[in-house]
Amino acid sequence: MRKRFDIRVQPGFATIAMFCFFLLYVPIFTLVVYAFNSGISIARWEGFSFRWFVAAWNNNLVIEAAIRSVQIAAIAAVIATAVATLAAIATTRTAGYRGLTFKYSFINMPLMVPEIVTAVALLILFSRIKVWTGYSGLGYLILAHTAFCIPFAYLPIRARLENMDLALERAAADLYATPFKVFRYITLPLLWPGILAGMMLSFVISLDDIVITEFVKSAGQETLPTYMLGQLRRAITPEMNAISTVFLLLSLAIVTIFFFLSRSNEKSD
Amino acid sequence: MRKQQELAIEVRGVGRVYGDGAGQVTALSNIFLNIRQNEFFTLLGPSGCGKTTLLRLIAGFDFPTDGEILLYGEDIAPLPPFKRPVNTVFQNYALFPHMTVAQNIGFGLEMLGRPKTEIATRVEEMLALVHMEAMRNRKVMQISGGQQQRVALARALAPKPKVLLLDEPLSALDYKLRKEMQVELKRVQAETGITFIFVTHDQEEALAMSDRIAVMSHGEVRQVGAPWEIYDRPAERFVADFIGETNFLAADVISVDGPRIRVRLSNGSLLDATYPVDLMPEGKVTIVIRPEHAQLATPSSTAMLTGQIEDLTYLGTDTHIRVRLPDTSLFTIRQQNNRVGPIGFSAGDAVSLNISEGAAQILKD
Repeated sequence: MRKRFDIRVQPGFATIAMFCFFLLYVPIFTLVVYAFNSGISIARWEGFSFRWFVAAWNNNLVIEAAIRSVQIAAIAAVIATAVATLAAIATTRTAGYRGLTFKYSFINMPLMVPEIVTAVALLILFSRIKVWTGYSGLGYLILAHTAFCIPFAYLPIRARLENMDLALERAAADLYATPFKVFRYITLPLLWPGILAGMMLSFVISLDDIVITEFVKSAGQETLPTYMLGQLRRAITPEMNAISTVFLLLSLAIVTIFFFLSRSNEKSD
Repeated sequence: MRKQQELAIEVRGVGRVYGDGAGQVTALSNIFLNIRQNEFFTLLGPSGCGKTTLLRLIAGFDFPTDGEILLYGEDIAPLPPFKRPVNTVFQNYALFPHMTVAQNIGFGLEMLGRPKTEIATRVEEMLALVHMEAMRNRKVMQISGGQQQRVALARALAPKPKVLLLDEPLSALDYKLRKEMQVELKRVQAETGITFIFVTHDQEEALAMSDRIAVMSHGEVRQVGAPWEIYDRPAERFVADFIGETNFLAADVISVDGPRIRVRLSNGSLLDATYPVDLMPEGKVTIVIRPEHAQLATPSSTAMLTGQIEDLTYLGTDTHIRVRLPDTSLFTIRQQNNRVGPIGFSAGDAVSLNISEGAAQILKD
């Protein structure tokens, strides 16, 4: 019962919002529903069943690709976060100087450069290296993923550092903490939520990547997304829906953790 | 108080210049200060006067471009903050949000690598000193501003620093709490016997708390002295103007007789005034009279000054009366309301002003 003018009320807002949510989520909803289809079609409902989840679980290619995806994402996220943390500290705990802005953009460059360009460049570079060294393991994918994950890890960490009161570090130094101890006991604990956020963001970004992976991977190095892309060439069964659904749940879980972390983040400020 | 002659801090010709070339900014120039052991010493001045810069130089967050800073005879200016036996209470306390009250207080001792039992004992002592025993396991975000202030004080005192620096620590508190903490700080200083260097822009706070005050402006120390000296014997116009309210009157020097000097005011009346030792007054001078050193009276021909009441401001404990003098300048009087009811004068009344013996002083401009 609103009687008076209220700045928070915008006529039609609810309707438009509903429409947008509808557009965004109906396809995903359909996808999830058909993951439970007992028939072979992804468009015609024939009854409820878990058969496609079982099929995916028993499909060695899927499991291998999933394990490989998680492996790459985990290693790339950890390395990228470590590098990004150091970069963030170096670019915030310093007096401004000429070239600092250039460094920011340099670190964030992978966000700007079209992924396909990076992909082609890496393909050419890595194929040379493969010939020279004879090595064709997962290292290339991990390296490539690490590179494009760095800016995603860097941004939340830098934001957290910039919001941190410098007086805290000064107070610690005043209380006889050497620069290393200041980092160990003050900066790092306060930065931790930012670091975790950066790591999870990197993990998700890496897990999801398809363009660079497709170009860089050697034979037999399918990740989950490239495997699924490969399946498009054949007839699609609800198995794809089932895999996607599990993928979705995994992402949701990570986003939820991310949310709670950033909330505890605000509380401690 | 016995050992007050010993110097805790000697600031010798300290200067701090930022930048170079045309963009050069002088934050401090040629500062000399001797701060005695056990003293409550205040750096007072308007914002931008360099008082905080000086404190940062003593703490080690910044380094002087000139001069040296001695702590009990040892030059500490080149040492980083973590090697100086000096601790700071920060303006916004800078308590560590991820630690409890007790952990905050114990941090300094822990960094010094003291044994756990010693730290625990000292933390308890400090909690008792600032009356925060009940809060020891709270996170610092769960306690009030006044309590945070106490924790910040306890944390800085826990490692038994030789000198405690306080950077406008009371400015974030409301009036009543600020008054309480002023008393509290004085008590803690007396109990611990540690030299306090206190930075504030609040002259009332400085007068109330300090043993001695250094008044600063534009990166220079203008006057150092006990609160009464700063207030009653300002060395120059800036100090007189900055501390309390003041009336400035133009006058001509008639004769000098030892510490006394006779001047003629613009209305022709003669007045005896004192003057700072380093000044040899002659010709045209400015004299200063505090508002509480003049009294209103009914007009009389023998009065030193006469005028007309411009307005009155009732302030509870006293009343401010502004009197328009014949030369059109305004003279402020502060009269205590020591009787119940109105003071018996109203705007527009013709009045005369009596000036207390010894209240007038000549200023350096």
